Amino acid sequence: MKVLVPVKRVLDFNLKVRVKPDGSGVDLSNLKMSINPFCEIAVEEAVRMKEGGGGHAKDAAREVVAVSIGPEQAQETLRNALAIGADRGILVKTEGEVEPLGIAKLLKAIVDAEKPDLVILGKQAIDDDNNATGQMLAALLDWPQATFASKIVLHEGKASVTREVDGGLQTLDVDLPAIITTDLRLNEPRYASLPNIMKAKKKPIDVKTPADLGVDIAPRLQVTKTVEPGKRQAGIKVKTAAELVGKLKEAGVL
Amino acid sequence: MAVLVIAEHDNSSLKDATNKVVTAAKAMGVDVDVLVAGSNAGGVAQAAAKIDGVRKVLHADGATLAKQLAEAMDALITPLAANYDAIVFPASTTGKNVAPRVAAKLDVMQVSNIIGVEGADTFVRPIYAGNALITVKDSQAKKVITVQPTAFKAAGNGGSASVETVPAPSGPFKSAFVSEEMAKSDRPELTAAKRVVSGGRALGSSEEFHKVLDPLADKLGAAVGASRAAVDAGYAPNDYQVGQTGKVVAPELYVAVGISGAIQHLAGMKDSKIIVAINKDEEAPIFQVADYGLVQDYKTAVPELMDELTKAGV
Repeated sequence: MKVLVPVKRVLDFNLKVRVKPDGSGVDLSNLKMSINPFCEIAVEEAVRMKEGGGGHAKDAAREVVAVSIGPEQAQETLRNALAIGADRGILVKTEGEVEPLGIAKLLKAIVDAEKPDLVILGKQAIDDDNNATGQMLAALLDWPQATFASKIVLHEGKASVTREVDGGLQTLDVDLPAIITTDLRLNEPRYASLPNIMKAKKKPIDVKTPADLGVDIAPRLQVTKTVEPGKRQAGIKVKTAAELVGKLKEAGVL
Repeated sequence: MAVLVIAEHDNSSLKDATNKVVTAAKAMGVDVDVLVAGSNAGGVAQAAAKIDGVRKVLHADGATLAKQLAEAMDALITPLAANYDAIVFPASTTGKNVAPRVAAKLDVMQVSNIIGVEGADTFVRPIYAGNALITVKDSQAKKVITVQPTAFKAAGNGGSASVETVPAPSGPFKSAFVSEEMAKSDRPELTAAKRVVSGGRALGSSEEFHKVLDPLADKLGAAVGASRAAVDAGYAPNDYQVGQTGKVVAPELYVAVGISGAIQHLAGMKDSKIIVAINKDEEAPIFQVADYGLVQDYKTAVPELMDELTKAGV
């Protein structure tokens, strides 16, 4: 089985974003960028399917291909995926923001060429928080989808996927090829070892452009303003539970 | 402008989130219809017909829609979209699963998780876990939108719209429901509760989490939530998680017990009316958003709070 894993380069999850004073966007200059945490979970799961781990048989996946869409520096994100254990990378070089619909169209073109049996994506990117790309790719390919996965069990021609839904957990069987998006508790990604980081530097990365793939990625939405949310004022400290109950009564919430 | 709202329900009851999404939809267009897609969900369709301001209810009923899975919902909604300018979903796990699939089928870029409507084509939505808000202009002829229900007031239930039956898709589909483990609780549902009691990693174990929080929640008639740290540590099930990647809540009273207040948690609860924080660490970031902070070990604070609530007749 061949597994394709798209990965996104985003602001490191430990850093707080700054809104530009003129409201034109967020300021990412000189800030550390990392692989989107949900994408990292997706890579880890795919690599476990290859290595045998996380309940998967060894060689359940024969090849793991990582794809990133972004600027030249997204190569670093791909190296990150290769250090976890992906076999090779594809970079689709773009400038500026590409919306999930454009990303899904680029990925469809990659899928048409690579013909994977499974595409595993993060459920959302922690920058734009859209939670859309996997579902859109499933639509364009007319494949089944299992989003927000916390467990994946592979069978012959199928995957049983347990999904984190509002009321609890739901398990679906999807026919392969399929789209799966990862939730937080699917696995805990490894720290790549130094030898694997070195090895990753030698793995091939193929570079393409949207024009090579014949895809129009012009944005559909226009962001007219970016602001910081209204700050909530810190209230007061109370000394005792009795004082707290008094305050809550005053506030009319008891 | 005609808007189709996709109802949130579990085949037996219509969720309040639907009323909130209708409010958002009314701010976009004049004609608002509601689609109830389910199995044996006639009662839900009747309930949806009572929502104020709804023109008509479309009711699709069939086994393929029992779990509102993405493929069947897509097969139902995408053709219906021809009659509407906007298709609007609640940003629930069901809505988030289905909406982008429908959007891509229509060659539309979706506007996700809106918290404000500034006009028929202009919306406000959070990015970076709510640390920035963007205003988005959507000039596409057809729009697909998911709405954060907690950001809107629920429409009332004084209406009497007609209910029209539409056929359910027949399939077959390439995905099939196998099983589910749904939390059973007599407590209110987390995203709709007026009061929420939430616990963090400081609780230390699943046993302690429930021993401390369940009685307090019962006393307050509150739902129980948890921080991501508490869920990751296995103290609470996944559907308790409040935050950027979990549930967004905005109750009248939010009581955070042993929660430090990571950015991603605050994104899920900072619109609560009153926030109470109980934490022994005076420096915990949760105190920066709390209306009332009690710097005390929860082991002392929660039992005392229970006593004081009893004394106050709660």
